[in-house]
Amino acid sequence: MSKKNKIFISCEEANHNCDKSQYNEATLWEKVKLTIHLLYCKACRKHSSDNAKLSKAIAKTEINCLELKDKQEMKKCFEKELKKHQQ
Amino acid sequence: MPKNLIDPNKWIDLYSDYLFNFTITRVKDRDTAQDLVQETFFAGLKSMKNFKGEASERTWLISILKRKIIDHYRKINSKKGKAEVRINYKSDSEDEGDWLEERVADPFDKTAEDNLENTELGLAIHNCIEKLPVKQAEVFKMKTILGYETEAICNELDITASNLWVIIHRARTTMVVCLEKNWF
Repeated sequence: MSKKNKIFISCEEANHNCDKSQYNEATLWEKVKLTIHLLYCKACRKHSSDNAKLSKAIAKTEINCLELKDKQEMKKCFEKELKKHQQ
Repeated sequence: MPKNLIDPNKWIDLYSDYLFNFTITRVKDRDTAQDLVQETFFAGLKSMKNFKGEASERTWLISILKRKIIDHYRKINSKKGKAEVRINYKSDSEDEGDWLEERVADPFDKTAEDNLENTELGLAIHNCIEKLPVKQAEVFKMKTILGYETEAICNELDITASNLWVIIHRARTTMVVCLEKNWF
C-alpha cells in the first residue's frame, strides 16, 4: 500500500503511466503522479512529448488497417490458392 | 545488384495492412478495399514468374494493386450512365444513415494539401510499423489503430496486461525513433 501512495515515482513507472494516458486508460491519480514526475525529470518530459506526438500523428492520418478476423479470412483464402499454385 | 526474392508465404502478414491502407485512401470503402487487396494477392500469385526482382516485393504488389484500383473505377463507370449521379441507398450499412446530408462533403473537412500530407504520413507510419518485430507490430496495430480494449487483446493473444504494456512501450519507442528519422 505504501508503494501505491508514493508521490514520487520512478521513470519506469512514469513511462508506464505515460503510455497508458495515451490510450486514455490512466487514472486521475496516475496522471497526477506522472505530471509531478515530469516537473523534475527532463528525459521523461522528452519521452512524454514524443509519445504524444506519435499519438497525434496517428490520430491525424486516420490510418487504417485490416480487422483481425478479416485478415485471418484473407489468409485462409490465400493459403488455399497458394497450395494450388505450389502443386 | 542483389536480386529481390519472392516468397508469397509471408505476403499477408507483411503487406496486407500496407496495401489496405493504400487502397482505403483511394476507394473509401472497407469491403471494396479488402476485395481489391485480396485480388491483388491472387494476381500476384498468378504472375509470380514475371517478378524480375528489380523492385521489392511490396513495390511490385503495389503496382498490381494500382491496376486493380483503376480497373475497379472503370468497372463501376462502364455500365450505363457515366453521367448519372449515383446516390444509392446502401442496404448493407447500418451505422451510416441514408440521408443526403450525410453524404455531402463536410465543409470543415481538410484541404487537399492536408489530405495529401496525411496520406503520406499514413504510409510513413505503416513503413515504421513494418520494421517492428511481428509481435510488437500486431499488438501496436490492435491497440492503437483498431482501438481494441486492453482486455480483448490480452485474451486474443493470451498475454497478461503488464506484458501488453511492455510491448506497447517498446513499440512506441521504436516508432518514435523511426518516425523522427523519416518524418518529423
